[in-house]
Amino acid sequence: MVLKLEHVTKRFGDFTAVNDLSITIPENEMFGFLGANGAGKTTTFRMILGLLDSSEGKITWDGKPINYSTSHLVGYLPEERGLYPKLKVSDQIVYLARLRGVSKSEAVSELKYWLEKFKVPEYENKKVEELSKGNQQKIQFIAAVIHKPKLLILDEPFSGLDPVNVEMLKEAVLSLKLKGTTIVFSSHQMHHVEEMCEHLCIMHKGAPIVHGSLKEIKRAFGKKNLVIHSDFPLDFLKKYPGVVKAKSTTEGIHLQINGESVAEKILKEIVNQGFIRKFDLEEPSLNDIFIEKVGDSYE
Amino acid sequence: MIFLSRKWVIPMNKFWIILSHTYVNKLKTKSFLITTLMTVVITLALTNMNNIIEAFDKGGGKEKVAVLDETGQLYSPLKEQMSALNKNLQLTEFDGTEEEAEKEVEEGNFVAFVQLQFDEEQLPKATYKALTVADSSLFSDLQTGLQQIKTMLAASKINLTPAQLQQLYEPVSFEKIALEENAKTEEELNQARGLVYVLLFIIYFAVIMYASMIAMEVATEKSSRVMEILISSVSPIKQMFGKILGIGLLSLTQLAVLLSVGYFSIKRNMSSLEGGFFDAFGFGNISLSTIAYAVIFFILGYFLYATLAAFLGSLVSRIEDVQQMITPMTLLVVAGFMIAMFGLGKPDSPFIVITSYIPFFTPMIMFLRVGMLNIPVWEAVLGISILMATIAILAVFGARVYRGGVLMYGKSNSFKDIKKALQLTKKE
Repeated sequence: MVLKLEHVTKRFGDFTAVNDLSITIPENEMFGFLGANGAGKTTTFRMILGLLDSSEGKITWDGKPINYSTSHLVGYLPEERGLYPKLKVSDQIVYLARLRGVSKSEAVSELKYWLEKFKVPEYENKKVEELSKGNQQKIQFIAAVIHKPKLLILDEPFSGLDPVNVEMLKEAVLSLKLKGTTIVFSSHQMHHVEEMCEHLCIMHKGAPIVHGSLKEIKRAFGKKNLVIHSDFPLDFLKKYPGVVKAKSTTEGIHLQINGESVAEKILKEIVNQGFIRKFDLEEPSLNDIFIEKVGDSYE
Repeated sequence: MIFLSRKWVIPMNKFWIILSHTYVNKLKTKSFLITTLMTVVITLALTNMNNIIEAFDKGGGKEKVAVLDETGQLYSPLKEQMSALNKNLQLTEFDGTEEEAEKEVEEGNFVAFVQLQFDEEQLPKATYKALTVADSSLFSDLQTGLQQIKTMLAASKINLTPAQLQQLYEPVSFEKIALEENAKTEEELNQARGLVYVLLFIIYFAVIMYASMIAMEVATEKSSRVMEILISSVSPIKQMFGKILGIGLLSLTQLAVLLSVGYFSIKRNMSSLEGGFFDAFGFGNISLSTIAYAVIFFILGYFLYATLAAFLGSLVSRIEDVQQMITPMTLLVVAGFMIAMFGLGKPDSPFIVITSYIPFFTPMIMFLRVGMLNIPVWEAVLGISILMATIAILAVFGARVYRGGVLMYGKSNSFKDIKKALQLTKKE
């Protein structure tokens, strides 16, 4: 059950939304798409789901294209949340579940399970328009997973949620992964992807800039972050060989350096100059990589 | 693979799930129940019109009119004439002055009083006095009665016998005969006109009402963004036709309720309705073929406009824009209805013949022609074929627009969007 995108390109008239995207997502993986708005994430998802045809290239899942005959194996949480505002939660979940091939009784018991899990069992018979936006999003998520999909596509699942609900939803996503679901999700918030995904792809203006496993991407990036807090001035480090970027803070300095050896040299250099309150060598964050690759900060 | 068995069942079922969901949900809405109830009440009222009018008349009793006969000769012939003209009218001879009579009317003892006099040529003349002169039927009944008396008196003055008088007033014998075989007689034509008129109205209202219901439904799903989930589970084509058929079924339900209520109500009142309003409208002997054609044209007309409405609805992003988007379509229906109304008087004019083949007008105008004239069967079949072909083309085209349209969000809602929507479904 490998999801494979091979040289996928999508053009709308003169505009190229996705350009030559090739990705392989193994079964039971959590795969993250990163990118600013308009980077081509939603278009890619729509192509994976078969809602849009790709202009070039092909998308296969387990060697076959995804279409309406496989829709009961695929779950989708669209970026623009949408439910019938006038329908009761149970009515519309059952309707949407039946369209994905789940029987009514199965859908009802599954809905109860999820409402309990999200600690909102009392919403079963409420109309959607009566719920808060965050709670609507929970219902939306239930609609995407009610049929126990093998492949789950979540477009910006955490946007617009408060921290408590983000944690609740993350937990739910992780529990689905443990049950064997392949999950593809997009976000423009780096830390969600960093926290949850083994593999990721950074998209910029339709093109995949970086993709691979999180560890490899970080390793390949080479650079590390070094944070030093001290009682003496550290400004001379800004010109130190191997320092790529430097930013003074009130307590010390943030450096981006070309590898661990540079940190070692710096430590030897400053250890005799005075009291060092903090000397911290960090892995580069996705944000650093994103900024480096895309050229400007998004977050 | 546990999923394998499910895989083959689902595609068949999804269409029915959408159809029944649309049907059941719409059926449960308050607006649907209220409109159905209201139309049932109106139907009952229309079919019981005679009883209702009678009930009111009984409550009010007979209309009493005082007659102040200054000639002393005219009262009894007038009373005789009036009893033949209007059974609800009660004439009373009034002995008193004009002022007293006026007072009686003001007090409400009489609805009106009539003062009868002779003019200089010894012919009757009269004055009618009532609180208001709004009740024109009473006045004209009295006028007719007096006119007849005057004619008789004038005739006897110039020594005309009643037989001569009758000859004078006898209408000329003037009969219409259609030379074409099977052509409808004048009487049949009048009946057909009434029936066609009513059925045209039903087609007109149903098409406007249900087509905009579909456009609304699609736009609601789109604006609430539930559409994207729907089209990721069911193909837009299945979805569109599930919806069209679901609402079609709804319209048939509503019509079935109305027609059965109407039918039984008419059946029950058949005796009292004979010769009245409903006979003139041709309900006495509805021809089966006309009803069959009405059903065919109703269904085809519905499909034509429903398909159009579904894809127009798929182009708007906000519910507020729906009306604006379907206005051109509504105008087409109105135009068809107007032409049909004109055609009721002149069903065989070349203009009507030509427009009956234009698919957007066919449901109403071809129906008008088959209902009013005896046109060759091939003409009706040709019209129906063109209509069906148009529906097929529109369905294929509409489904493509729908597929792209439902993914398209934005401010604009012009017809340029059709092009954009089609582009979305293309590979390039």
